[in-house]
Amino acid sequence: MKQRATVLLGSAFVALAALAFAATRVIAADKVDPVADAKAFQNFFFQKFPNVKHEDFVNGPYSMNEDMKRQWQEKEEFPPYEFALDAGKEMFSTPFKNGKTYADCFPNGGIGIRQNYPYFDEKEGKVVTLELALNRCREANGEAPYSYVKDEMASLTAYMAYTSRGKPMDIKIPDDPRALAAYENGKRYFYTRRGQMNFSCASCHVQSPGERIRAETLAPALGILNAMPIYRSEWSGMGTTSRRFVTCNSQTRAVPLEPQSDEYRDVEYFLSYVANGLPISGPGARP
Amino acid sequence: MTVFPCKPALLIALALIAGTAPARAQSNVAAGEKLAFDRGKGNCLTCHVIKGGDLPGTIGPELKDIKAKYPDRDELFAIIFDETKRNPQTMMPPFGRNRILTEQEINAIVDFLQTL
Ligand code: HEC
Ligand code: HEC
Repeated sequence: MKQRATVLLGSAFVALAALAFAATRVIAADKVDPVADAKAFQNFFFQKFPNVKHEDFVNGPYSMNEDMKRQWQEKEEFPPYEFALDAGKEMFSTPFKNGKTYADCFPNGGIGIRQNYPYFDEKEGKVVTLELALNRCREANGEAPYSYVKDEMASLTAYMAYTSRGKPMDIKIPDDPRALAAYENGKRYFYTRRGQMNFSCASCHVQSPGERIRAETLAPALGILNAMPIYRSEWSGMGTTSRRFVTCNSQTRAVPLEPQSDEYRDVEYFLSYVANGLPISGPGARP
Repeated sequence: MTVFPCKPALLIALALIAGTAPARAQSNVAAGEKLAFDRGKGNCLTCHVIKGGDLPGTIGPELKDIKAKYPDRDELFAIIFDETKRNPQTMMPPFGRNRILTEQEINAIVDFLQTL
């Protein structure tokens, strides 16, 4: 009798231990590991499109097949974003009313630094995107902020991207639980289905890149921000990252967020981090 | 004399019954096609090649020989109502569950699909 009880107790203990072990294992598997994440993310696309050169993924829909690639090369001969580039350069070098310039707000005078955005600001405890940093620079110098979805912001980011072309995306996640949480939050948003159509960002840009949705070829999620901002014939103008996020949400009948809301900032952090190592190609031109 | 006037009426009634069934099916098919192609409704062309539709996408399979593949119309209804039941990962929106289309509208589309 006594022996039986001990056996029972013993097996209960073993079961408990096994449970505890399983629990830690689950936690371990669930623990955010951005390095492993990014590797798996990149490999998914490399394997799905074995014929696409790794550095070509940054050309959005144009990376998806030879015909598209030819179209892209033709476009690059007379790039439709040139006017924005010129405007951006001009704006960048024109002093604010107080005599300062954008260059005073950024490392290296703002030249060749696009690949470091967004970054996690440990003082604020949040992700700071390039668009946000530009407007903060304006406000710090007594200027009104620009709309996140209009031409001025696109021109500024176009110029900053252009001076950074070819530099590998280099996003850091500092050793700060809030940074990891921001990354994880962005990833969650990206994979969560929403709206009447029940799409997630991943439905279109992970599950179906290269496929046509009506007449548009879907860009792969890998390197999807490296070419921002983009000129789109459909817009007959430039679009910022903010504009693209809002458009993707509203075109699929999901309620778009405010540009530069925490969640969009986190999505940008996630998408940029998993593109680490791929070159900046912005500004881009799209059909 | 009393029977005679009834006869044409009966005939007309019979003709009406015989005539309306295909007529209604016809209009259901046409309505179904309209709903399937309408961008604000089914918008099925976003993802499927369908005979008679312009600018189709390539995300889903071409919709053809549907009657051979799905002889049971309930199955078709279920696919349009909520394809995530069959395939949780599907891109296809749950048209019925999310009330993009009413049951009546889905039925019309099913009628149309069965002609493909
Ligand atoms: C139902 C489809 C769909 C969904 C869902 C969707 N997008 Fe898009 N997205 C598109 C289409 C179409 C384009 C334009 C063609 C292209 O470049 O991929 C696009 C373009 C983009 C681009 C520009 C890519 C380029 O190189 O031109 C970005 C960035 C982007 N989407 C991000 C997102 C994000 C973030 C989400 C979720 C909040 C999202 N998309 C959800 C369809 C979608
Ligand atoms: C955003 C994409 C999308 C839209 C819009 C869409 N579908 Fe689909 N559909 C799919 C995909 C992808 C499949 C493949 C099966 C799966 O994913 O489960 C599919 C499968 C089907 C099938 C089964 C075909 C077969 O050969 O087995 C039918 C029937 C169908 N869809 C009808 C429709 C109808 C009718 C509409 C419009 C009311 C529609 N679909 C809209 C993506 C879509």
